[in-house]
Amino acid sequence: MMTVAAARALRDGAVCFVGIGLPSTAANLARRTHAPGLVLVYESGTIGAKPDVLPLSIGDGVLAETAVSVIGVPEVFNYWLQPGRIDVGFLGAAQVDRFANINTTAVGAYGAPSVRLPGAGGAPEIAASCGEVVVVVRQSRRVFVERVDFVTSFGHGSGPGERERLGLTGAGPQVVITDLGVLRPDPETCELVLTALHPGVDVATARERTGWELRVAEDVEESAPPSGEELAVLRELIARKGG
Amino acid sequence: MAVLTSLADGVEEVVRDGDTTAFEGFTHLIPFEAGNEAIRQGRRDLTLVRMTPDVIYDRMIGAGCARKLVFSWGGNPGVGSLHRFRDAVEHGWPAPLELEEHSHAGMANRYAAAASGLPFAVLRGYAGTDLVGRTDSIRTITCPFTGEVLAAVSALRLDSAVVHAQRADREGNVQYWGITGVQKEAVLAAERSLVTVEEVVDELEPVPGAVVLPHWVVDRVAVVPGGAHPSYAHGYSTRDNAAYSEWDAISRSREEFSRWLGGLR
Repeated sequence: MMTVAAARALRDGAVCFVGIGLPSTAANLARRTHAPGLVLVYESGTIGAKPDVLPLSIGDGVLAETAVSVIGVPEVFNYWLQPGRIDVGFLGAAQVDRFANINTTAVGAYGAPSVRLPGAGGAPEIAASCGEVVVVVRQSRRVFVERVDFVTSFGHGSGPGERERLGLTGAGPQVVITDLGVLRPDPETCELVLTALHPGVDVATARERTGWELRVAEDVEESAPPSGEELAVLRELIARKGG
Repeated sequence: MAVLTSLADGVEEVVRDGDTTAFEGFTHLIPFEAGNEAIRQGRRDLTLVRMTPDVIYDRMIGAGCARKLVFSWGGNPGVGSLHRFRDAVEHGWPAPLELEEHSHAGMANRYAAAASGLPFAVLRGYAGTDLVGRTDSIRTITCPFTGEVLAAVSALRLDSAVVHAQRADREGNVQYWGITGVQKEAVLAAERSLVTVEEVVDELEPVPGAVVLPHWVVDRVAVVPGGAHPSYAHGYSTRDNAAYSEWDAISRSREEFSRWLGGLR
């Protein structure tokens, strides 16, 4: 459901910065269903890739073979991401807080972490410069924390106006999609608010798996269950997972 | 002027103990065999530089080659954690590993600055993140034209750079294509360079979109067919995804890793 919900967040014709794993699966699902004109940009420098199998890494050969263009890495970040030529960026997280700040660096103290994570990669600038950001993450108290241990990628800081003050050009995280539902920042406070639940999930469960006092929208929607087409395409994509 | 040489001689002549060195490649064309050779030769006190220190640096860190890592994303792409990297950071095994941490955009710009002969690069990045303040190599600068405050990152100058490419000619002109990453910048940022290639040809045929490193910016070229495995060389081999997954099991415990290391030597 998380993958399907993420795919639905992508509109046809959008230019999308894609990471491997769930974002790539969701983007390719979207391209094969409601958004055939979605443009996939991978940070390995492949622009407009149209993989017919799911790549296992951002540097998979299938991406270069099917891309409109292949460019060097400095160019990806300087010419394409930084000036705002990418509409949507997908980010995962080890920790995300109530203002959608993201940690993918270390859990615990930076100098003596209890878990050392991969680090920033392209995420800080994706969070800064993409038109908007979709965060995709499994919801639990370990992940949904009051305050992230390390701000790898800036969300909304601790409230409104902070992104503008820092000179960040993108709108930042506009939606957080989890295995339980969908959260969006409150337009006035920037705090994440639960706005939709996936079928079979209740508010109590969402609250229980959130490490802060979760705000819930008055009119929480229920996500539409995956359609037959979405499930069929998803199954086919997973079955053809390639290399 | 590039000299054709063996892998062992190339690594010995180019990568020295104590070097700030990069074995670059962005998922594609990673110089794995050269990394294995550096382990065999027992390199020590290296400052390893790479945007994506994946399995090749996991091996070198576990083997005790590294003192410091300068990087932006350390994982096994498509698989998960780098266990030797994590063991070094979390438990200091086999030795503590100093970290200098950036974003991809920061690293790419640091290489580009060094390749350009400039002391620093400017980017609109890092703002609001905790990466700022963790290293002296990130500062801010005010634009003299607009007054905008931007990130400045210091040039990443290297003692040595090692990359893998599809082919070279007998003079040592090197050509590579596909996902071209940041290898050109790394070679141009380095005092000394070694390129391992799939093959040496009499004539370098033009390939659309290919990068050519002329022989006068490359020091050593070694023919190492399959030298990027389990990474790949576009047009010559495919990525061995199973090997990346198998590394997860090999690297997970110190015992299994030590057995692998014994086999390499």
